[in-house]
Parts: sequence; structure tokens; C-alpha cells
Amino acid sequence: MNYLSQIFSIALFNLRTIPQRTGSSITAAIGIAGVVAVLVGVLSIAEGFKKAMTSAGSPDVAIVLRKGSTDEMSSGISREQTRIIADAPGIARNAAGPITSAELFVIISLPKISTGTDANVPMRGVEPGAFDVRGTIKLLQGRRIEPGKNEIMVGAGAASSFAGLELGKTLEIGQNKWEVVGIFSANGGLAESEIWTDAGVLQPAYKRGTTFQSVYARLASPGAFQQFSDAVTKDPQLEVKTERLSDFYASQSDMLSNFITTIGTFIAGMMALGALFGALNTMYGAISTRTREIATLRALGFGSGPVVISVLVESLALALIGGTLGAALAYIAFNGMQTSTMNWQTFSQVTFAFAVTPALLLQAIIWASILGLLGGLFPAIRAARLPIASALRET
Amino acid sequence: MKFLSLVFSNLKRKKLRTVLTVLSIFVAFVLFGTLCIIKEAFTGGISMAGADRLMVMHKMSIIQSLPISYTDRIANLPGVAAITHLSWFGGYYKDPKNFLASFPVNPDTYFAMFPEFTVPPEQMAAWKAKRNGVIVGKGLFDRYAKSDGWKIGSVIPVNSPIWRREGDNETWEFEIVGVYDVTKKGADNTQFLFHYDYFDEGRTLSKGEIGWFSVRVKDPDRAPDIAAAIDKEFANSAYETKAQTEAAAMQGFASQVGDIGTILTAVLSAVFFTILLVAGNTMGQAVRERTEEIGVLKAMGFTNGLVLFLVLAESTVIALIGGLLGLTVAKLIALAGSPVPEMLPIFNFSDRDLITGLILVIVLGIIAGIIPALQAMRLQIAVALRR
Repeated sequence: MNYLSQIFSIALFNLRTIPQRTGSSITAAIGIAGVVAVLVGVLSIAEGFKKAMTSAGSPDVAIVLRKGSTDEMSSGISREQTRIIADAPGIARNAAGPITSAELFVIISLPKISTGTDANVPMRGVEPGAFDVRGTIKLLQGRRIEPGKNEIMVGAGAASSFAGLELGKTLEIGQNKWEVVGIFSANGGLAESEIWTDAGVLQPAYKRGTTFQSVYARLASPGAFQQFSDAVTKDPQLEVKTERLSDFYASQSDMLSNFITTIGTFIAGMMALGALFGALNTMYGAISTRTREIATLRALGFGSGPVVISVLVESLALALIGGTLGAALAYIAFNGMQTSTMNWQTFSQVTFAFAVTPALLLQAIIWASILGLLGGLFPAIRAARLPIASALRET
Repeated sequence: MKFLSLVFSNLKRKKLRTVLTVLSIFVAFVLFGTLCIIKEAFTGGISMAGADRLMVMHKMSIIQSLPISYTDRIANLPGVAAITHLSWFGGYYKDPKNFLASFPVNPDTYFAMFPEFTVPPEQMAAWKAKRNGVIVGKGLFDRYAKSDGWKIGSVIPVNSPIWRREGDNETWEFEIVGVYDVTKKGADNTQFLFHYDYFDEGRTLSKGEIGWFSVRVKDPDRAPDIAAAIDKEFANSAYETKAQTEAAAMQGFASQVGDIGTILTAVLSAVFFTILLVAGNTMGQAVRERTEEIGVLKAMGFTNGLVLFLVLAESTVIALIGGLLGLTVAKLIALAGSPVPEMLPIFNFSDRDLITGLILVIVLGIIAGIIPALQAMRLQIAVALRR
């Protein structure tokens, strides 16, 4: 028999006898499935959060904040300044003039549906230009807000996470009442966590006079950013800084997504170590119960190479079964699961969905295979090294 | 106890298997400890909350401020023992990454409200006398003493993206006059506390307003009534309030961060289920291999109960070695301190969690061993010896 057919026949023999070792084989597979499910589950939180933050910011939208502020909440821009910014070069224009929106960002307390406790929900006062600036706002129900009216429209994520945001309901904030006239989506982006109203109506409600906090501007092209940025940052009347919206949101999401990824990788790494010990145990067990079989095979003339490879094949097969199971489990359990957490920069809620991406699934299968190979390698070498004569004597 | 050597010699029989099992249990308990630490870091404020303290903030949200003139009106309500106030300063040192938990406070009432913080009397006197003096938490002080040479007398420039000073100056300067320590383990020792008066005179906006009040009630059982009375006092005014117990406020904050508890419990259960399977399976294998010997033991007169005990002891010893090692490493991780002090200042493996961990170790040992132990107990001598 040649080398390949030796491997083939021993491997087949090993795989066929798995049912005789159901208990320990299932243990190894479940151990690996658990690792994979936890890894995919935790990393899908970070993926989902990143997706919400990055799909919110496009490179051809710029945000203008007061110089020195790190987020919208701490920024402040006067009405006169917003007009100067709108006239700056590099901004796209339509029939109504430059496409900009001066905005006000505050938080309100609303009870979270899942826990019943109050959460800080972001509320944004916008100008009519906001819809053209973003370009991704789609109404799911109802209609857009009208300027000057106490009306709000609610992002889909916020609507499903916080109580009292159904279409037609009236929301009381302080001494003001606002009617919910629309529910919108924003391509999975950050705006879906927010409640929108007219900036002019929000200013008096929050005693902001005629000031705003940020100006969003659609650029004529992504390349026009430099021209726009130079014009507004060098203007002595302004004292502002500007960033591409994509960069701004990316830097806002850094802290939390790094944190989740670090913790997630640590947990999964530790679990992988645990599962590796489990897999090693299983495979050593599988070898030791078959010491005599293996010795017999060797005595019959099978080489030690095929024995090693066949053990690896068995261990890999178990790992792949476990890995696939775990990945499938994580996908069913986590993908699209809606959750919300705090954006540490503004202390407001960001709602987003867990995202189990194909890349994550692939990563999971690769990890499972590595675990399987490592778990099988040492027992396999041990099996191949057993002296035939003494192994045959063993009970 | 005289059978302990028997238990140990059984463990030594397949050293590799024992070591691997111990290691996987070790890993499980390092994880358990780490998750407890993280959970504590997120929810630590709740267990530190004073039962007799209320937090009073603006009804719309915490970013809205309240007039400082409310102080007397609240203090005069029946059942209120003391009051102080805090404001959110949002400062950072040199770089926005070096975030400081910085608050302008009233130096006369602040530390009386939070007795878990202690300041040496001479430093307290120096702080009250120095307009731009600041008292910093020991944790924060030690961190920057190491990297930036902070010491008593250092002048610290702090930027606040929220509060600008008159004359368009963004940088505030504070002189370190004291360091506070904490009496309760796990309390926040990273605060940066300075005079409200210095802050209020310097800022350009919202003069005469504060962030939120902290109120001590005479009788903790009546806290909800007093909270309701405070809210009623300011109902329909320009600044309506929301008063709640400190624990409720912290709970609300923690649940905003996410359903951490649920996610952690799910992860933990998955880990334990896995480890239980591994350990239980290994124990089962060890007993099956020894069928004949158990038969011999029984033939020699070992009772069923004793055999049960021996097998259980074996699995419990394995669990104890791995579990204790794991819990020790987790404790060391906690002692090493938080890797993200700006975000999670509290990093503590509490005694309560440690005890829970110990109980889990023993439960794990018993559950993992119980099936093989029962099998061994029920084994009939004749059947065992025939094999």
C-alpha cells in the first residue's frame, strides 16, 4: 500500500470508530463550539458598533465644531457664525442654496424598553438642509418634521429601544410637548439612535438662545474638504475646527470598539486555551484507549506518518464540526440583535445591531481548525512513537 | 483523611490527564474572576452608593443645570439632613485622552457628604484657604506622580471643552494641595475636586448654576418620600428636578452602558458548561479505567459510601487545585489595576465574588465527580472482577 492510501484507510477507520467514543468526542466538539460562539458573539458587538459609527459618516460631509471641543455636546456656534460657514467655498449647492444644516445636540431622559430604567437619548435639532446633507435618511412611517412646529421624527433604533416613541404619540420633555410624526432609517448609521426636531424649536426649550453646536455641510466633492477647511479655520470671526464626518465618527467610536475587541479577544483567548486542554485530553484519551489497535496497525506495516496524520484528521474533523456548530449558533443567536450602549464622548445612547459578518465566521472556522490541529498534534506524535512491542502488551 | 494518600496516588496515575484537567479548570476560574472584575467596574458605583443619599438632577437630563439657589429650598425641606452640589467639568490634562473625573464642588460641604473619602486635616485646611486649590484622588495622583511628577504644590493645567474662561482662555490652572484616600475598598479614588467659587467666577456661561445636588436624608427608609417632596417643590418651575436614591441613579447609569449583566452571565454559563463537560468526562474516563480496582477495593471491604467519597474527593481535589490557582491569578489581575482608568477607574475583585468563586469550585468538583462516583458506588464486585 502506498503512503496516501495508508493515510486514507487509517483515517477512515478512525473516523468510523468515533461513535464508540461518543462522550469524549462530543465534549471536544462542544468545547470548541463554545469558544467559537463566544468569540463570534463578542466580536459581533464591536463589529455592529463600528458599523453604526462608520456608516453614519461619509467622506463628503464635513462637520464644524467650536475650536477645542471634542464632541458636539461641548461645542457652541452662534447663528452669525453658521451663516459665514454656509457661505464658505467648497460646499455643494442646490436650488435652496448651500447644502448645510446648523444643529443642536442635547440629551433627554427616556425609559429603556428592555430594563425600564431611564437612559440618555440623543435629541438633535436640525435645519431642513439636514436631509440633503446626510443623503441616507429614509422615512419608514409617517412624514418629515416641518420647521417651526413641535414635531419630532424618530430613528428606527431609538423607536425600538425606548418607550413612548410610536407614531402619533406625544412626548413631554420639560414643559414642552412634541408629536411623533415620523420614523426613519439611516442605512444603519448613528442617526437611527436619535430623535430629530426643528432646531429653531429646540433652542428655546433648552434655553440655548440662538446658538447652535455644530454645522453639517455637504461638500461639492470629497476633494473639496481642504478648500472648505482652510476657509473656515482661517477665518478670524469663526474660531472653529472642522473634520470629515467619517473621521469624526471613527474617532468617537475608537474607545468603545477597542475596549470591546480587547475584552472579547481576551475572553475568547482564555476560553480557547481551556478548550485546547479539553481537546488534548480527548485526543490523548482516544489514543490511549486504542494503544493496542495502533500498535497492531504498525505491526502490520503501516508507517508512523500515516498514524500521525490520521489522528490529526480525526481531531480536525471534530474541531470543524464544533466550529461550524458554534458559528451557526452565534449567527442565529446574535446576528441583527438590537442593543444600545453609551457613547462615552457624549454620554448618550447609541443603538445598533450585533453584526455577525462573513469575515467573522471565516475567522471562527480558522480558529477552530487551529485548535483542532494543536489539540491533535501532541497525542498524534505520542501515538506514532509508541514502541510496538510494549504497546501490544498494554491493556 | 487517612485515604487522602489514596486519592493523590490516583491523581498521579495519569499525570498528563490530571495536569490538563487542572489547567482547564484554572482557565475557567481566571475567566470567572476577570468577568467579576469587569462587572464590578461597570456597576461598582451601585454597591458604593450611600443608602441615605439622594441625587437631584434636572428633569430633562443630566446635562441641564440647576440654579444654586435651590440649595436652601432643598435644605429646608423636612427630613433633609445635609446638601452639597457637584458640576460636570469634563476636564482633561494635556490631551483629551487624559480625561479627568473633575468636579467643581463646595469645599465646606463636599467631604461631609462623602465620608468614604478622607483627607488629612492640614491638607483640608490648605484646600479651603486656596482659591485654585485642588484635591485629587490617590489613584489619580499616583498615576501622574509616576509619569508626570505630580506632587503637592504642582500647578496643573486642565482644559475643559465645555467651560471656557473669561478672556477666551481654555486652560484652567489648579494647584494640588491635597490627596484624598478611600475608606471603602473599590470606591472611586480618581476624582479631581476644586472650588465651585473659583470655577463660577471664571466661566463665561451659566453662572450661578450647578450640575446636580447630593442630599443626605435623616431616615434612609423615607428616602423615596423625600425624593418625591423635592420634585414636588420644583414642579412646574423653569427648572424641574428629578430626585432619586444614589443607588437608583448608579443603576440607571450602569444599565445605560448596556445589558452587561446579561451578556456576562451568558458568557459565564457557556464557559462553565464547557468546563463541566470536560472535567466530568475526564473523571468518568478515570473511573471506567479503574473498574477492576474498584472491584478489588470493594472486595477488601470498602463500603459503597467510602468508594463514593473517594471518587468525589478526587474530582474535588482537581477542582480545588485548578480553581484556587485561577482565583489567585484573577486577584493578581485586579491588584495590577485597570488598563483603562479613564473609562473604568474601579478595578476590584471583591470578597463577595471571591467567596462565590470558592463555592463554585467546590460545586464544580462535586458535580463533575457525581456520575462516575455513583457508577463506582453501584458497581457490583462480581461484575467488576469478571472484566
